[in-house]
Amino acid sequence: MKLYCLSGHPTLPCNVLKFKSTTIMLDCGLDTTSALYFLPLPLVHSSRLSKLPGWASKDGTVNLEKELKECAGRVFVDSQPEFCLPERELLDLSTVDVILISNYHCMMALPYITEHTGFSGTVYATEPTFQIGRLLMEELVTFMERVPKAQSATCWKNKEIQRMLPGPLKDAVDVWSWKRCYSMQEVNSALSKVQLVGYSQKVELFGAVQVTPLSSGYSLGSSNWIIQSHYEKVSYVSGSSLLTTHPQPMDQSSLKNSDVLILTGLTQIPTANPDGMLGEFCSNLAMTIRAGGNVLVPCYSSGVIYDLLECLYQFMDSANLGTTPFYFISPVANSSLEFSQIFAEWLCQNKQSKVYLPEPPFPHAELIQTNKLKHYPSIHGEFSSEFRQPCVVFTGHPSLRFGDVVHFMELWGKSSLNTIIFTEPDFSYLDALAPYQPLAMKCVYCPIDTRLNFHQVSKLLKEVQPLHVVCPEQYTQPPPAQSHRSDLMLELQPPPMAYRRCSVLGLPFRRRYERIQLQPELAKALVPSEIKPGISVATVSAVLQSKDNKHVLQPVPKPTPVPPSKKRKRLMEEVPELLSPKPLLSGSIPLDAFLASLHKSGITEVKVEETADGHILHLQAEDALIQLEEDATHIVCDNNEPLRTALRDLVLRFLQKL
Amino acid sequence: MPDIKVTPLGAGQDVGRSCILVSVGGKNIMLDCGMHMGYNDDRRFPDFSYITQNGRLTDFLDCVIISHFHLDHCGALPYMSEMVGYDGPIYMTHPTKAICPILLEDFRKITVDKKGETNFFTSQMIKDCMKKVVPLNLHQTVQVDDELEIKAYYAGHVLGAAMVLIKVGSESVVYTGDYNMTPDRHLGAAWIDKCRPDILISESTYATTIRDSKRCRERDFLKKVHETIERGGKVLIPVFALGRAQELCILLETFWYRMNLKAPIYFSTGLTEKANHYYKLFITWTNQKIRKTFVQRNMFEFKHIKAFDRSYADNPGPMVVFATPGMLHAGQSLQIFKKWAGNEKNMVIMPGYCVQGTVGHKILNGQKKLEMEGRATLEVKLQVEYMSFSAHADAKGIMQLIRMAEPRNMLLVHGEAKKMEFLKDKIEQEFSISCYMPANGETTTVTTNPSVPVDISLNLLKREMALGGPLPDPKKPRTMHGTLIMKDSSLRLVSPEQALKELGLSEHQLRFTCRVHLQDPHSDSDTLSRIYSHLKSVLKGYAVQHLPDGTVMVESIVLKVSSSGEDPNLKVILLSWSYQVNENKVFLFILLLFIYFEVKGQVKSPTRHEAIPTLTLI
Repeated sequence: MKLYCLSGHPTLPCNVLKFKSTTIMLDCGLDTTSALYFLPLPLVHSSRLSKLPGWASKDGTVNLEKELKECAGRVFVDSQPEFCLPERELLDLSTVDVILISNYHCMMALPYITEHTGFSGTVYATEPTFQIGRLLMEELVTFMERVPKAQSATCWKNKEIQRMLPGPLKDAVDVWSWKRCYSMQEVNSALSKVQLVGYSQKVELFGAVQVTPLSSGYSLGSSNWIIQSHYEKVSYVSGSSLLTTHPQPMDQSSLKNSDVLILTGLTQIPTANPDGMLGEFCSNLAMTIRAGGNVLVPCYSSGVIYDLLECLYQFMDSANLGTTPFYFISPVANSSLEFSQIFAEWLCQNKQSKVYLPEPPFPHAELIQTNKLKHYPSIHGEFSSEFRQPCVVFTGHPSLRFGDVVHFMELWGKSSLNTIIFTEPDFSYLDALAPYQPLAMKCVYCPIDTRLNFHQVSKLLKEVQPLHVVCPEQYTQPPPAQSHRSDLMLELQPPPMAYRRCSVLGLPFRRRYERIQLQPELAKALVPSEIKPGISVATVSAVLQSKDNKHVLQPVPKPTPVPPSKKRKRLMEEVPELLSPKPLLSGSIPLDAFLASLHKSGITEVKVEETADGHILHLQAEDALIQLEEDATHIVCDNNEPLRTALRDLVLRFLQKL
Repeated sequence: MPDIKVTPLGAGQDVGRSCILVSVGGKNIMLDCGMHMGYNDDRRFPDFSYITQNGRLTDFLDCVIISHFHLDHCGALPYMSEMVGYDGPIYMTHPTKAICPILLEDFRKITVDKKGETNFFTSQMIKDCMKKVVPLNLHQTVQVDDELEIKAYYAGHVLGAAMVLIKVGSESVVYTGDYNMTPDRHLGAAWIDKCRPDILISESTYATTIRDSKRCRERDFLKKVHETIERGGKVLIPVFALGRAQELCILLETFWYRMNLKAPIYFSTGLTEKANHYYKLFITWTNQKIRKTFVQRNMFEFKHIKAFDRSYADNPGPMVVFATPGMLHAGQSLQIFKKWAGNEKNMVIMPGYCVQGTVGHKILNGQKKLEMEGRATLEVKLQVEYMSFSAHADAKGIMQLIRMAEPRNMLLVHGEAKKMEFLKDKIEQEFSISCYMPANGETTTVTTNPSVPVDISLNLLKREMALGGPLPDPKKPRTMHGTLIMKDSSLRLVSPEQALKELGLSEHQLRFTCRVHLQDPHSDSDTLSRIYSHLKSVLKGYAVQHLPDGTVMVESIVLKVSSSGEDPNLKVILLSWSYQVNENKVFLFILLLFIYFEVKGQVKSPTRHEAIPTLTLI
């Protein structure tokens, strides 16, 4: 069993597990942090961005004025943003049988994997993961295609040139493998390969392996996966949460008794407490609104936004800000809000019971009904005529490189009355803000990451007790910025097996058994004999049938009676029964009892001679010898087949057959 | 021999009060717990005293599963759990869990508040009963206990309807509840995988019907409604609040819009809006088309259909009214029917099945005079139309499901005996499987023949598979040999060698030696070399070795040559082999030697049986 690690990003994993005869990809996350090296894509022409100076090396040898622009001391690539894909050279992706998706954030690279690689397998995901994943991909494509950029910068990627660029561009790795965004057509084609599954549904793969998604408590439809055969169990834990937010709580007990537990998707901000951050979010928001400023919340279109809206729903009235409008702007805003209401089965108990009334599970339905929350596909159209200030705007993309958020940065960045509140943990906020500097607007960083922290995960592991843990190398040492915090890493006995991008790990597994079915007729015909107290054995002679990785033992077919006319021909073909190997023998032969039985079968003239190891029996009338020892019997007799057979059968009577 | 027992307490050769007991692998499961619409007395509920005469059912049942929210499938649930007594788990899907208590409360109100019956379950009992419900998701495998697992499949029929697979070890039963194999305007078609259950328990409401295309029926329906409206008549459509009602509403809504009709459409009180809300929240349970477009346009927001008020029934002019319940046995639909029955311009359209004893059943049978309470008779002049919109599988659909699931046995419930008989014959003919149709209280026993799961050592399996080659020859099956070790409850199949080792036993060697005399003038070692080179050339494909200790080995048969002291030309050849060596090989091998040395005496054709006398010749 092997694990191929195609992504180095701990929360956007992409691993391939080879288990029995199957090749299973676990998630295919897309690392979009590479977009931070690029200039933002404005929706309306921005004179500030277009006036940024081009970059040339100080000595003038390298001039990339067209491709690279300088802003506040940093250099950015002026081109459509590109993303860092999972590694595609480590293994032939066309050999991947299935892809298991754990949550909608971890499937964004799907079109890169399933299209143009020869992939012909199936993708398994829950319905919410599939639907919301589709929305997020659709949104990403719309963001890109809405503002087409003719230029595609490639010169800077040249190794010789990249070396001379200023940091952090200089240190970007694998830049040649970065790819532009996929098209809607590719998204549709990729999603057509998805098969929907429900929690605790047992999915058989080629009869060899069974995979089961379990609730992971992180987002709508998010799952951990169990990959198991009758004897081995691998748990794949990705993006899990023990906090009470909107999704169904995490199923922990099903992870017990794993041989290997692959652990990914822990919190990215282990030092921030989500509840505290939520409080800070609300108070900063209220402060800004009271002062007459606007609040910008860059966010994904699904996930924490539901919790933020619910929190604000309660908070705004109590803070006396009930009239402040919320705007949610995204090409998929409406769909995201609508979809969130129809997945009752996937929600926490509290929300589920609302549906029985029947009421929508999320209070944002009421916010929309009372016109407190309005949603628009983009800043163009209705929004521009309807929007009032001060207001709160939720919009994407959290990288601040594309999407409607770019416009609000340009619009509100110059005033110190306004505030931008970062809630998504995926991007460093300082890097995200870099191309907008100098900036007057206030910046608040309240990352809300509900995924497991190190404390929770070590408790969980103590509970479920896997034999081995595999995790990204980042989890085996404290974060670089807090190198003294040994509590911010995994400390386990035995230590976890760490991986990085392009690692290939051999998992410590020894498969020893396989499940086989004895047909009832065969089972009935078995003759068990007790060898030791409580232990019986039976000799099984049967025909093995293996089909679709399922094994069955059938009784040996009776030889068909040979028609006399074809006797000669038939005799050459040996009947299968006669080919059956003879059993091994065990036990020893008691002399007296053996002599008695010899006597009974008419062999009376026996001379017994004692030897060092046992006895030699001379059958004088028959001119034969039987040598009896503790662990061996030797029958010597010449050309007398009936005698030999008779003696053999006598001996066998005293021995156990295996 | 293990067997599965099935006993219907209701729905055995009948429609109504579905309640089927299944006993499989030592587990007892109750499937559905319904009431009978045709009775108002004790026969209304299944006879639970069959399970036990005294006391609660908890000890006798491992779980109860409800297939969908129709009262003939869940109407007796609070009676069973709260009045008879059952505290174990009750499984149903989320929509069923949401809607079932509303219909139960409705049923209770009609029975207790309107008819004044006592000794009936209370609102509190419905609530207490619902607390015992565990929701089921589609395709989720729910482990009821260590051995019993259940899995729900989509059944169409109504919102949240499910079929269930019940599995204990390798034995399994599928219960379909009510299902529909063709998608309609709001629900999808039932689906199940090839799960090969020991028994498939199927409804058979439309056992003898093969329905024409849905489209024709819809056109017919619209035509009839339209004609009645045109001539100023009123149309009454008795429905159950959830299910057919929504489908027909969608149908009329689009027709009204297309034809620009003005006549009002009403839907009888209360439940409607709530019902439509359930459809909106459980949109994932509707059909593909509705699910796909729900963000843009929710099909369950009707523009032309308004809430009905009792006073509207006397309004002049044409109108269409959907009223509950669907079999005209009580409530608003019956009240309106009484008002409109006397006018031949009016029409009542029965879109679903009516059980015996209900007004609906009577008028469908052409009865023109109805006896009402208080000796009054009601003359039926209005037109009565029957339209099968109820979403049950027809004969074709039932056969289709059998093809999907490939059961070993079939058992029919929820249908009329005569029709079942017909379908039973057809199933037995077409699929060559046994088909049963027990009456209520009658037990069907099916003997199963489960195979025995065993852990085989991977070494043994791999060795065997490698020897068998990639494509085993069915004409020449290979016999595999192993030792089954039974210890506690574990069964392990290992190679005999491994078994000896694991059990700490030593092997007992059994060997045979045989002397053969030959005339050969060469020296001992020469004879041996000649034998070696001869065997080597003749026995292609065998391992023939000449060992330095003066022996020749053919596979594991050892051969030595010595000469007797008296006659140097008389050689004694010692052949030695172990018990495990195939004796045929030994004979064949000895024969070859004889032929080579042209032994004195006659060598007959080399067959196994004749090899023995040849040997004794020397």
